[in-house]
Amino acid sequence: MSTLKDRAAAISAQAGKMGKTVYQETQEAKNGMFRRDYQKENGKVVTLEEAIRRSGLKDGMTISFHHHFRGGDKVVNMVVAKLAEMGFKNLHLAASSLSDVHAPLIEHIKSGVITKITTSGLRGELANEISHGLMDEPVEFRSHGGRGSAIATGEIHIDVAFLGASSCDPAGNASGYSRSENAKSICGSLGYALPDAQYADKVVIITDDLVAYPNTPNAISERNVDYVVVVDSVGDSSKISSGAIRDSKNPRDILLAQNAAKVIINGGYFKEGFSIQTGTGGASLAAVKYIRESMIERGIHASYALGGITAHMVKMHEEGLIGRLIDVQSFDKVAAESLKNDAFHKEVSANEYASADEPGSATHFLDMVILSALEVDVNFNVNVLVGSDGIIRGAIGGHPDTAADSALSIIVCPLLRGRIPCVVDEVTTLITPGSTVDVVVTEYGIAVNPRRPELAERLRAAGLRIVDIHDLRDRARKAIGTPEPLPFGDKVVGVVMNREGSVQDVIMNIVD
Amino acid sequence: MEIRNAVAGTLESGDIMVQIAPAETEGLHIDLDSSVAAQFGKQIRRVIEETLTGLGVENAQVKAVDKGALDCTIRARVTAAAVRATGKDVWK
Repeated sequence: MSTLKDRAAAISAQAGKMGKTVYQETQEAKNGMFRRDYQKENGKVVTLEEAIRRSGLKDGMTISFHHHFRGGDKVVNMVVAKLAEMGFKNLHLAASSLSDVHAPLIEHIKSGVITKITTSGLRGELANEISHGLMDEPVEFRSHGGRGSAIATGEIHIDVAFLGASSCDPAGNASGYSRSENAKSICGSLGYALPDAQYADKVVIITDDLVAYPNTPNAISERNVDYVVVVDSVGDSSKISSGAIRDSKNPRDILLAQNAAKVIINGGYFKEGFSIQTGTGGASLAAVKYIRESMIERGIHASYALGGITAHMVKMHEEGLIGRLIDVQSFDKVAAESLKNDAFHKEVSANEYASADEPGSATHFLDMVILSALEVDVNFNVNVLVGSDGIIRGAIGGHPDTAADSALSIIVCPLLRGRIPCVVDEVTTLITPGSTVDVVVTEYGIAVNPRRPELAERLRAAGLRIVDIHDLRDRARKAIGTPEPLPFGDKVVGVVMNREGSVQDVIMNIVD
Repeated sequence: MEIRNAVAGTLESGDIMVQIAPAETEGLHIDLDSSVAAQFGKQIRRVIEETLTGLGVENAQVKAVDKGALDCTIRARVTAAAVRATGKDVWK
């Protein structure tokens, strides 16, 4: 009989052939601790400073953040302040988006801690300073799908990702909600953090609720996580729906919403199994109400609703009008709670949401999208990033992704905002190319892209007033007079990247 | 023409608040603060000036805080402020 001892020579020879060592039994005693106690000391939990030190972060490297807490985010300011205190310089900040709350970054840019930024959007004082030439390197702007692609292809290489989460266990399984009684925050989907978690060299989860293993269901898996940092608060959940989102009682918004709903209902795609995404503008949210009424009246069901999911969409899903919710970002607490509790409310990464190079991403199967705009021009190009004063004041978001991939893209905007015209000769900054925009809805009529004559026919047949977009421009100009040119300088402060990686436009500095 | 302190308009978006006071020196002195100053500052000043001159107000201190008002709104607010400042009703 062959025993282990008999085979020793053969094992050794085989190991030699394979270039491996021979197994030696360990002399160490097995850890007999109760595993609920053991996980506490064997986990990845460290302080923020330790996590930064152990991550191997060096000057010149790239750090990343998500923006799921929107106006309530505390992670970016907290981490960058710590990095400044530790003496880091020349870092590249790759955020999924930045907003008003990130004004403290101005000081860190001035002191050289942050020297490059990539983001989807900028708002508030930070945006204002950058528009005036605060940074030497231009800010790179990408759509959400574009950022996902750039991370997946390595165009944006993230050295260390700092990802806020509303719950995490010591192993690193993390979520945008918590099921524990100590839950402090909720942001719902962590979709924009998922590419970072998957592709960053090192991932630090920052949480305000450390729970026992296993924290399932989880958005981010422990296999992608290196360190877990516990803090008092990662974000103020009450501010998730601040910023872009508002519920409108404005009669003009309601008129716009009714017109948009008519386009949806009569555009040729309002049939059983359709799919839809709506933006966060007041008119866009109000349109959902009219679409819902029509769906009930005609007995039509949507297969899925996509995007930024709002309470409106959750309600229609719960009523059985929408089969699935595909959620890259929860736009309010109701949506976040639904994501937590409803298996048909699916969390997706930015890539699965809207990347051009991911054939299965949800935007590819999207029938209709309602989007807002700061400006539309006579060639149907759209700007959602730079204000008519030349100052950056918005975010690209999924605008160009959904416009490009959907069967019918609808832009809803008033003709004028105060004295600011929304239909112009040429947009201040090109964000969503006119070739991807099908319909522009204003309170003075609906313009259809000449590339879609069949659409114009259908809408006319339904009795809608279709106008030439040049007439809308003329009407706006008549009311406001001719604006003087903006005082742009000759320094490039921003670059708009196309979702497929080319350079689409640049933003020049503004001179006061 | 005698001018008293007077005001018309609000700080709402799309409106303009116009304050008129006696001039310290001769002429119209317009102090304009506008959210659309870069593109429309000159035009707004011109409309204020023309409206006041048209009403016979040639010496006044004007402070205007504009939140993107259209020319018709600017004319209406300036006229209302001028009527209050001069006590001369132009609508009769």
